[in-house]
Amino acid sequence: MNTIKSGTWVEIEKTLLTTEQRAPQVPDDTKKTPYLMRVAGFLVSDSQLNDEVEVKTLSGRLIKGTLKVVKPHYEHSFGDTVEELLDIGLVGSKI
Amino acid sequence: MSRDISYQAVMARKNEIMKASMGIDYDVYKTGKLAFDYERMMDDCGFTTEDIVKIQSSTKVGNTPMFELHNLTEAVRKISAPGKGARIFVKDEAANASGSFKARRASVSAYVAQQKGYKGMIAATSGNYGAAVASQAAQRGLKCIIIQEVYDSKGIGQPEIVEKGRKCEAFGAEVIKMSVGPELFYYNLLTLEETGYFNASLYTPFGIKGVETLGHEVAQQIRAMTGKDPDAVIVTHAGGGNLTGTARGLLQAGCKAQVVACSVDLSGLHMASDNDFNRKSFTTGHTGFGVPFATWPDRADVPRNAARSLRYMDDYMLVSQGEVFYVTELLSKLEGMERGPAGNTSLTGAVALARELNQDQIIVVQETEYTGAGKHHNSQLSFARKMGIEVRRGDPKDSVNGKSIIIPENLGQVMGHRQDMDKLRMSYLKNAAKQCDPSEWSQVDKEFAAADVKKDIKWLENALKTL
Ligand SMILES: Cc1ncc(COP(=O)(O)O)c(C=O)c1O
Repeated sequence: MNTIKSGTWVEIEKTLLTTEQRAPQVPDDTKKTPYLMRVAGFLVSDSQLNDEVEVKTLSGRLIKGTLKVVKPHYEHSFGDTVEELLDIGLVGSKI
Repeated sequence: MSRDISYQAVMARKNEIMKASMGIDYDVYKTGKLAFDYERMMDDCGFTTEDIVKIQSSTKVGNTPMFELHNLTEAVRKISAPGKGARIFVKDEAANASGSFKARRASVSAYVAQQKGYKGMIAATSGNYGAAVASQAAQRGLKCIIIQEVYDSKGIGQPEIVEKGRKCEAFGAEVIKMSVGPELFYYNLLTLEETGYFNASLYTPFGIKGVETLGHEVAQQIRAMTGKDPDAVIVTHAGGGNLTGTARGLLQAGCKAQVVACSVDLSGLHMASDNDFNRKSFTTGHTGFGVPFATWPDRADVPRNAARSLRYMDDYMLVSQGEVFYVTELLSKLEGMERGPAGNTSLTGAVALARELNQDQIIVVQETEYTGAGKHHNSQLSFARKMGIEVRRGDPKDSVNGKSIIIPENLGQVMGHRQDMDKLRMSYLKNAAKQCDPSEWSQVDKEFAAADVKKDIKWLENALKTL
């Protein structure tokens, strides 16, 4: 088992409201799913993936949840080529 | 000490949490069963326009450039009837510190939070406003927590929302990433209570006062550039603060331009639905917020909403997703500037509106926003395809929200369509009637309701008969 050292930047997940506890105005498809939050922070003590852990967030709060991601990062991009856009507005073309 | 943190218990503590987190007692403004003294609430902020300009210029907000879009105007004239095709101008609000007009909205709140000795600020928002709060908080040495709806139940996040979350973190904010649902507000209250931070709601008088400078600048810049007032100012509309603040600023500057709202038409999609969440390519500036907030502003996270768009709205244009993507591409290719989705929504409305107006008339698109990975029409279209949405060129009129996005074949197909203003006003009255039966409305309540829909008492009396 890989131990994740305290102080590592991780992301946890926590169930805030179970399906029964959700707000009354929530539509049916959403009501079938629990209300979840994720937050990143520095791991408080050595742990393993999927452990119940505590993190210290960027505002300095301590929050408990399930350890889901080690060193979370962003990989959103400009997406795949959308060919439908390429010929719009080219110099000399009819608009 | 342990508090009850169930949904019902926290919602029941709403009023006391609000009072502690903003220092505003909304009860003092109540003047009737329905009515409250809106102008007094706005005045009680105690800031003059000069004060706000000073606050904003100290944190890299405001005084953004105004550009005339000559090539786009020329293109519109080619497809318009003889003599038609108004001049189109755009205010480059992407130049604000956080990349959108929302910096104006956060600036006064951050100033107040600092003055009143709060240690941090909290906002629940879809994104640009979060980045704005985070940017302003960072400059004022305040901590910041942003609560954002990000993922569907499969853990998939819209690229634009993911980018907006990244930007908040870039400014040092703690970002709480939620699954789909209105309980965002529940967690907002819970966190305000736990931390004692300032509630930087989008809908406080501070937020809206901060946007008034945008209206002032539009009037001054267009006068300086053209020697006259704009004929129409078109505003991307969701919760209504953009329109309310801008319109108030225009009025204060003595500018009588028509104030035109514009939203992406997302009818048919449910905003709190887990299934629909990733089937839309716009995260704000759409009818999913624009219509409910116009027809009942007091559904926000404060007792009385300072953003009351129907008070100031003269007209409301709707555009389709495909039309906005087409015009976004034209902005890059004809005008040499890449900007994000929200400003391009009202730009699309402006293209449609310009065809109706004369060549000597002036339309101002009052904002742009930043663009980048995720927050870009190419990311959105690529993501939509992955979610099973059909993307093609054709007549945008044939598109079906949640199923297809049709990008026009030519500029002539960018038409938009009108939202019926009287229908909106009647819808407001129906919502007001749910709060309190019209038979119990006093004269003050009636005057308030009439002002809230930009009509006179006579119109209101007649409208109430047909309700
Ligand atoms: C860049 C941008 N423009 C326009 C809007 C719409 O403003 P409002 O919600 O005040 O109507 C938003 C709000 O989400 C935004 O972020």
